[in-house]
Amino acid sequence: MSAIFKDHKADHRVKTKWWASRIAIYTALLIWAVICLFPIFWTITTSFKLAPDVMKGNLIPWWDFTPRWKGWESLGLSPRLIGEISTVREEFLKRFWNSTVVSISASTLAVVLGSLAAYGLSRFNYRFGFMRNSDISFFFLSQMILPPVVLALPFLVLYKSLALIDTRIGLILLYTLMVLPIVVWIMRDQFQGIPIELEEAALVDGLGIWGAFMQIVLPIALPGMVAAFILSLVLTWNEYFFAALLTATNATTLPVMVASQTGSQGINWWSMAALSSAAILPLVVVAIFLEKYIIKGMAAGAVK
Amino acid sequence: MSLISRPYIFTLNSAQSTRYRRTMNTDGDLLHTVTADNISDSRRRLGKVMVWSTALLCLALALWQFAYQTGRIETGFETWRPILFAYVLWATALCAAQVIVNGEKGKRTLFVLPAALFVISLVVFPLLFALYISFTDWNLASPNGPQPNSWDNLVQMWNDGFYWNALKNMVYYVLAVSVEYVIAFGLAMLLNAQIRARKFFRVVFLLPLMLSPVAVSWMIGKSMLEVRFGPISRLLREFGVEPSFFGNPEIARFMIMAMDAWTFIPFMMIMLLAGLQALPREVIEASKVDGATGWQGFKEVIFPLMLPVSVTAIVIRIIFKLKLADVIINVTSGGPGGATDSVTSFIFREYRDRSNVGYGTLLAMVYLVLIVIFVTLLLKLVSRWMERPA
Repeated sequence: MSAIFKDHKADHRVKTKWWASRIAIYTALLIWAVICLFPIFWTITTSFKLAPDVMKGNLIPWWDFTPRWKGWESLGLSPRLIGEISTVREEFLKRFWNSTVVSISASTLAVVLGSLAAYGLSRFNYRFGFMRNSDISFFFLSQMILPPVVLALPFLVLYKSLALIDTRIGLILLYTLMVLPIVVWIMRDQFQGIPIELEEAALVDGLGIWGAFMQIVLPIALPGMVAAFILSLVLTWNEYFFAALLTATNATTLPVMVASQTGSQGINWWSMAALSSAAILPLVVVAIFLEKYIIKGMAAGAVK
Repeated sequence: MSLISRPYIFTLNSAQSTRYRRTMNTDGDLLHTVTADNISDSRRRLGKVMVWSTALLCLALALWQFAYQTGRIETGFETWRPILFAYVLWATALCAAQVIVNGEKGKRTLFVLPAALFVISLVVFPLLFALYISFTDWNLASPNGPQPNSWDNLVQMWNDGFYWNALKNMVYYVLAVSVEYVIAFGLAMLLNAQIRARKFFRVVFLLPLMLSPVAVSWMIGKSMLEVRFGPISRLLREFGVEPSFFGNPEIARFMIMAMDAWTFIPFMMIMLLAGLQALPREVIEASKVDGATGWQGFKEVIFPLMLPVSVTAIVIRIIFKLKLADVIINVTSGGPGGATDSVTSFIFREYRDRSNVGYGTLLAMVYLVLIVIFVTLLLKLVSRWMERPA
C-alpha cells in the first residue's frame, strides 16, 4: 500500500533535475562572487600585513596572521599617527581632495549641460545650419568614440598657453567633455519617458518653458539625473590618462599617485595595498549604497 | 524576430504611444508654445551689438597676443588666459543674445546652445590644432618648436613596425569582447533566475566596475600575479606549474585581456540584465507552454529578443575597449616586446618618453580615422542586420 504515497519515477527525475539546476546556479554565482571579491579582499588584508606575512602567503586575518597598521602608517593614517603631523598624510589628503573636487565638479557640470541639451533635443526641433535634431544628437553622442589620445596633445599645448596645465579647472573641463555624451545619452532616454501633457498643463497654467522645465520636469527626472551623476562620478574618479599627462604637482589626482608608486623598484606591498584600498574605498561604498542608481543609469540607454 | 517583437511595441504605456502619434502628425516641436513676442528694433540691435562687440574684443585680444608672442609688439599678456576670458564672455553674450534677439524661440535654443558651444570649443578647435601638429616634426625637447615637414610623419608611420603591431593587438583586444559578452550574458541570466540574495550578488558583481584601472593594475597585475609571493602564483605552484605571467607574449596579452574583462564585464552584464528584465513575460511563458526545453527557449525566444540590447551593449563595449590603455601603461608598459601594446599606450609612451609630439599626434589622428571608419561600418552593418527579418 505504501506505493500509493510514493512519487512517480518521473516526479523524482523532475525533483533531482530541479536540485541540480539550483546547485549549478548557486555554484556559478558563488564562484563569480569569489572572483569579484577576492582581489578586493586581498588588497585590503594586505594593507594590514607585515613583510613575513606577505612572503608566507598568509590570507586570513586573525587566523594565520595578526593585522598590523604598518601599511596605513606609511600613509600616516593609523590610530597611532592620526594625531601627529605627517607629510605623507598631507600629500595623500591633497590628492584625495583633488580627486573629489575634480570628479564632483566635472560630474555636476556635465549633468547640468547634458540635461539641458537632452531636454531641448527631446522636446523641440532645432535647425542650426544643416544640422537637424538627429544630427545634433549624433554630434553629442559621437564624442564617445573620440579616443583620449587624440585630444591629449592639443590640450597639453593649449593648456600650457592658457596657464591651465596642472590646475583643477583644466581637468574639470576635460572630464566634463569626457562624460557629457554619456549624460546626454542617459538623460535623453529619461526625458523621452516623461509625458508632454505635464508640461502642456504647466504652460496652460502660465509657466514659461524654463519654468515648466525647472518646476515640473526636473523633479520627475531627478532619479535619472542622480544616475547620470553617479556614473560620471565613477568614470571621472578613475580617470588616469589625462591626469597623468596634464598634471604634475598641484592638481594630481589619486590614480596618478597610485600609479607613481607602482613604478618604483621593490614594491612596498603594505603601503601600496593601503594606498590602493584608500583609492577604491569611496567608490566601493558608493556602489554598495547607490547600486540602484548605477544600474538605472547603465540600463537607461540599453532598453528601448 | 520581427514577428515576436511586434506585439511588444503595442504594449508601450499610453504616454509613450501618444508621443509616437504626435511625432507622426506634426512636423514641428513636440512641445508647442504660443509665441506672441514683439521684439523692438532697439532690443534686437542691443543683442547683435553684444555678440559682435564681444567677438571683436576676443579677436582683437587674440591678434594682439599673437603679435606679442611672435615678437612684433613689445607689450602683451604673460599667457593666453585673458583671451580665454574674452572667449567665455563672447559665449555668454551669444547665449544671452538668443533670448534678447529671438525671444521665446531663443529660450528654446538656450537649452542646447551651452552644451554645443562647450563641446565645439573643446573638441573642434583642439582637433584642428592636432591636425596641424601632426604634420610637423615637433619634439618638445627641440628648441625650434613645430616645423612643418609635410608627409615625413606618414612615411615614418608606414615603416613603424610597433605602430602596426599595436593596431594588430587592438584587433585581438576587440575580439576579446565576444568572450566577455558570453560571460556577461551568462551572469545576467544567473542574476535574472529565481535566486535568493539577488541584491547581494548584484552589488558584488558590480564592484569591479567601480575600481579604477590603475588600482586594478596594482591589485591584480602587480601583486596577485607577482611571481614570487602573489596568491595566484602560489596556487599555480601547488599544481606544479611554474608561473610566468608577463614573460610570454601570448600569456601577457591574455592577462591584460583578463584584467580588462574583469573590470568591464559588469558593464555589459547590467545592460543585458536590464534587457532580460524588460522581456515580455507572456512570450517566454507561451514558449514553455508550447513545450520548449530550457535550451530551446533560450535559443529561439530569449536570445532573438535580446538581440537589440546585446548589440547596444557590444557596440558600447567596443567603443570603450578602443580606449584601453591604463592597465597596459601600469602593468606591462607594452612589453614583452610590444606584445601587449594598445595604440593608446604606445602613443602615451611616445609622448612621455620621447616627447615626440608631432609624430605621436599623427599616429593618434590616424587612429581616430581608423576608429571612425570602423565604428561607422559596424553601425551600418548592425542596422542592416537588425532590419533583416531573422
